[in-house]
Amino acid sequence: MPAKKDDSTELIDLLRRMWLIRAFEEKVSALYAAREIQGLVHLGIGQEATAVGTCSQLKPDDYVFGGHRSHGHAIAKGADINRLMAEIAGRATGYCAGKGGSMHIAAKECGFITATGVVGGTIPLALGAAFAAKERKKGQLAMVFFGDGAGQAGPFHESLNIASLWKLPVIFVCENNGYAEFTPLSAHTKIERLAQHAKTYGIPNSTVDGNDLFAVRQAARKAVEQARAGKGPIFIECLTHRMRGHYEGDPAKYRELSQLAEWKKKDPLARVAKVLKARKWIADKEIESIGGEARALVEKAAAFALASPWPAPAEVDSHVTA
Amino acid sequence: MREIAYYEAKFEALDEIMAADQRVHLINGTFLSLSPHRHVFQNLAKKYGDRMMMPPISELGFCGLATGAAMAGLRPIVDLSTGSFIYEAWPQVANEAANAYSMSGGQTRVPVVFHLFHGLRGGGAAQHSGSPQAMLWNCPGLEIAIPSSPRDVKGLLKTAVASDNPTIFVDHTKLLDLRGEVPENDKPIPFGVADIKRAGSDVTLIATSYTVQVCLRAAEKLAKEKINVEVVDPRTLVPFDLAAILSSIEKTRRVVIADETHQSCGVAAEIAARIAETGFDKLKTRIRRVSTLDVPVSYSPPLEDYIGPSESRIIDAVRASVA
Repeated sequence: MPAKKDDSTELIDLLRRMWLIRAFEEKVSALYAAREIQGLVHLGIGQEATAVGTCSQLKPDDYVFGGHRSHGHAIAKGADINRLMAEIAGRATGYCAGKGGSMHIAAKECGFITATGVVGGTIPLALGAAFAAKERKKGQLAMVFFGDGAGQAGPFHESLNIASLWKLPVIFVCENNGYAEFTPLSAHTKIERLAQHAKTYGIPNSTVDGNDLFAVRQAARKAVEQARAGKGPIFIECLTHRMRGHYEGDPAKYRELSQLAEWKKKDPLARVAKVLKARKWIADKEIESIGGEARALVEKAAAFALASPWPAPAEVDSHVTA
Repeated sequence: MREIAYYEAKFEALDEIMAADQRVHLINGTFLSLSPHRHVFQNLAKKYGDRMMMPPISELGFCGLATGAAMAGLRPIVDLSTGSFIYEAWPQVANEAANAYSMSGGQTRVPVVFHLFHGLRGGGAAQHSGSPQAMLWNCPGLEIAIPSSPRDVKGLLKTAVASDNPTIFVDHTKLLDLRGEVPENDKPIPFGVADIKRAGSDVTLIATSYTVQVCLRAAEKLAKEKINVEVVDPRTLVPFDLAAILSSIEKTRRVVIADETHQSCGVAAEIAARIAETGFDKLKTRIRRVSTLDVPVSYSPPLEDYIGPSESRIIDAVRASVA
């Protein structure tokens, strides 16, 4: 729960950002269904609180790394949704000139260094950025997002060990949504809570309700403070759920409809709105207009993306080596 | 001109590089493998110890760390030591480091150097005798430098570190004691410029790394048979100086390629393909390759000698090309 002294403006702004992510992802879904977007897209609908709760505590020059489900992380870190939509649509005006796409978002200007299509692939990279940050002594830090599936991959373990050993200013954010691709976590490991792995490697850790913006924000605030103070890495496990399938087009038959219904009740956006309403900081009308504004911005982004040119074939020769 | 040992030239380079740029960090290893010259590495540690890190045995982890550090503005040099160990780090090298600049549409540069010792070291057997540079040549986005002399190791290492691209620096333990001329105040050697290690007129003999030295010895023997061999050393695989090779072949009309990567899809295979595509009309005889055989490298010394691109096999191939 937010402390009374929290600024209502700040919290309403966080709701806005969550709404922007929600609207963006829903639009990507619609464009995908209409075949305006191709390839593999993995949406983070339902995971907005983990993105905004954490990234809102970072500075522009802090480094963020993501995974295949990172549209929301990039937006939360300050990425321009027009260039982001254009990139997902494979256009020349995208952040990566159409070369990266949905799974390889890079928005360097706001510190979102890269996402990866390989589970756990960016965890060691985040270590490196944290190492550079530590050398630079300006209090910068690195944050990396990954899912529960990454907890079984080699880079996860090697990275946790080195981060702990070298006391690197890196914040590991595990979005435990209970599924690694198409199977429940229990089919991948006996370890129910990934925070336990952090404990194994001597890293301070917590498990929070990933759909509670305030819980995530509080954990992130504490983690950022510790990392900047040179106390080494921190691991935050956020229990959450992805409301869509693993990828767009995934019928998700492996998931019980009742489970989906349960999680709908825990919708992170609705929960924030409820809290803000209870404090009389916001009314229904304003919540509606926040949603409406988000959708309007996203419509503009979609229009921009679809009107943008495709990259020219000659572009394949650019950006191979510098 | 002064003559120094290869390992001395290499450490001169590291010393100058570390002194000139605070962003350079050395991660893992001693850059000397198991050489008895390890004291030289300690000298470096005395001066730059705070920028030299020894990670745990986690190649995947520390190669990824180096890649991420490069993305965030440092210029790390990673010593993988035994070349085969890069297989442990493969995803971070081939899938992250190699792709980042392109995937990000040019936003992210990755100025990391991955240093390794490749090839047949004498009793390394299959898992310590790898020459991964051929596979890495098949990963667009990486540069590959592969010196064969003291002058080259110093000049190429400087360029590798100055490059904004992820660079594989392919070294060989059998080169470490080689002596050679290195000018005072030497200049960095640009990538993509081959070197004629021995001028000749009868056969173009292309080789990299330690095999260059084997070829030079073979050339001396062949000279006694009045076969005048030109030894061409590409020095870098990416970028690759095809023009220098074609220019040599224009003169000799015959080519043999000797290399320590396995024959299939090896370095010699790629060079042969490029010559066949662009210089076919210059050739009087077919292209010949002398590569490490397509078998896992055996432990026993006579077997290892048999498997590698030996001096005798190279001599046979050159003789065959002039026959």
